[in-house]
Amino acid sequence: MPLTDLANPSRFLSLANRAIPWLGGVTVIAFAFGLSQVMGAPDDYQQGATVKIMYLHVPAAWLGMMAWAVMSAGALGTLVWRHPLADVAAKAAAPIGASFALLCLVTGSLWGRPEWGTYWVWDARLTSELVLFLLYLAVIALWRTVEDPSRAARAAAILTLVGAVDLPIIKFSVDWWNTLHQGTSFGLTGSTIYPTMLIPLLIMAVAFTLLFVTLHLAAMRNEILRRRVRTMRLMQASAVS
Amino acid sequence: MSSLSALLVRDMRIGVRVGGGAIMGVLFFLVVVTMTPFAIGPDLALLKRIGPAILWLAALLASLLALDRLFAADHEDGSLDLLLMSRAPLELVVAVKGLAHWLTTGLPLVVAAPLIGLLLNLDPAAQGALVLTLLVGTPSLTFIGLIGAAIAVALRRGGLLLAILVLPLTVPVLIFGVAAANAAMVGPTPFGTPFTILCALTLMSLVIGPFAAAAALRQEME
Amino acid sequence: MEAINHLPFIVGSYAAAFVVIAGLIAWVMLDFRAQRRALAELELRGLTRRSATTGVGPRMEEAKEKA
Repeated sequence: MPLTDLANPSRFLSLANRAIPWLGGVTVIAFAFGLSQVMGAPDDYQQGATVKIMYLHVPAAWLGMMAWAVMSAGALGTLVWRHPLADVAAKAAAPIGASFALLCLVTGSLWGRPEWGTYWVWDARLTSELVLFLLYLAVIALWRTVEDPSRAARAAAILTLVGAVDLPIIKFSVDWWNTLHQGTSFGLTGSTIYPTMLIPLLIMAVAFTLLFVTLHLAAMRNEILRRRVRTMRLMQASAVS
Repeated sequence: MSSLSALLVRDMRIGVRVGGGAIMGVLFFLVVVTMTPFAIGPDLALLKRIGPAILWLAALLASLLALDRLFAADHEDGSLDLLLMSRAPLELVVAVKGLAHWLTTGLPLVVAAPLIGLLLNLDPAAQGALVLTLLVGTPSLTFIGLIGAAIAVALRRGGLLLAILVLPLTVPVLIFGVAAANAAMVGPTPFGTPFTILCALTLMSLVIGPFAAAAALRQEME
Repeated sequence: MEAINHLPFIVGSYAAAFVVIAGLIAWVMLDFRAQRRALAELELRGLTRRSATTGVGPRMEEAKEKA
């Protein structure tokens, strides 16, 4: 998220141009390390090798939610503080978050088939995650339907903040309702996952997070350029007339 | 001939845009199917039994979404008058617009249906039958819809009237589409019996739709 | 647990992750190239952004004349 002294788009662009290649490189290293840890990780005594899907499914779930949190922060930045780059950050995060939410659903479905015998079940956690994915699609559709970027920003900001209600529902759904999905393994007091699986999981989570930051900065850069192109085209159109 | 293909390409380009029927139709399809377990309850066995019916209803409603803009948008910007004056027969023009609508709105539904059928716990036999019935049935939904869209073209808020006009006409398609999908799932009727009737209904609508719609357009635009 | 082979599901998940991540990277890179191309094209037509000039007036006139 850009800080106040990065509110100037040009300064943001020069920072992004320098940062993105480095972040990309660190991401690749993190994934290489993470995947090597995943391959060496033990099988679960109940699930066997299928538990290896966890190293994709859980980080994808976390990032799908984190992206919406970033969008919500951007929404507040747009509505409350009128930060110039807040809506750029929000718009750029949406397709990335949607992709991670979709990956979470797909890997979860592929994990569920050998584990529970079904590709899908309408329990609280899966349903709230599906709703999150639909919300992502809705906000992306909204961004693309409204022509003027600043009006689209305000409309999307409101939808984002309303949709943020889904995040605590996803998080606490396994506690509030009787679900097929596994219960909470992570909390403020620690984790119930055994360290030989926890370490690879955390490394993959870090790798995924670095991937998100890299992609997000790159997408923000693209969006700033896209708006410049639009402004120049509008200028050109009015200059001809 | 090339004017008709130009019309086809233009209508498909419009349909594929974000506000057009393609993406919105599939999204609506997905949303409606997601809503049903909230209303009916998450009982997987029940969802599997009524799955084909839910998917058919959702496909029907999603097809309707883009229909009301089909002629009304052209009417608003004057291109409908140009189409009426063109040398190509109006029935063909209308049929081409219907084809573009089905390719951009109906066909994506057929492609999305197996994935969404997974949400309703359909088994592979039911999935296959369902996709086949949708593939054959959605063109008839479009072409019957053409009639309502043409009748409602000059109305400003014609969307709901269009739905009221079109839905009763699509009842036979719905009945035989769901019957065919269910036959593949539970029997005892073989899949072929309702399916061939569905094919016949579609073939009829491919002819009746454009003729009736063209007649309605000529009436409205006088 | 039934004796279905778990391997296709594991491989499928990692394949899905690869496709999604590759898709995101491709989207970001292609969009970047498209925007840069559009900006280069507009620069070629003599348009510049306001903040790239010292005053608004002269450049706008120039753009009008060229267009």
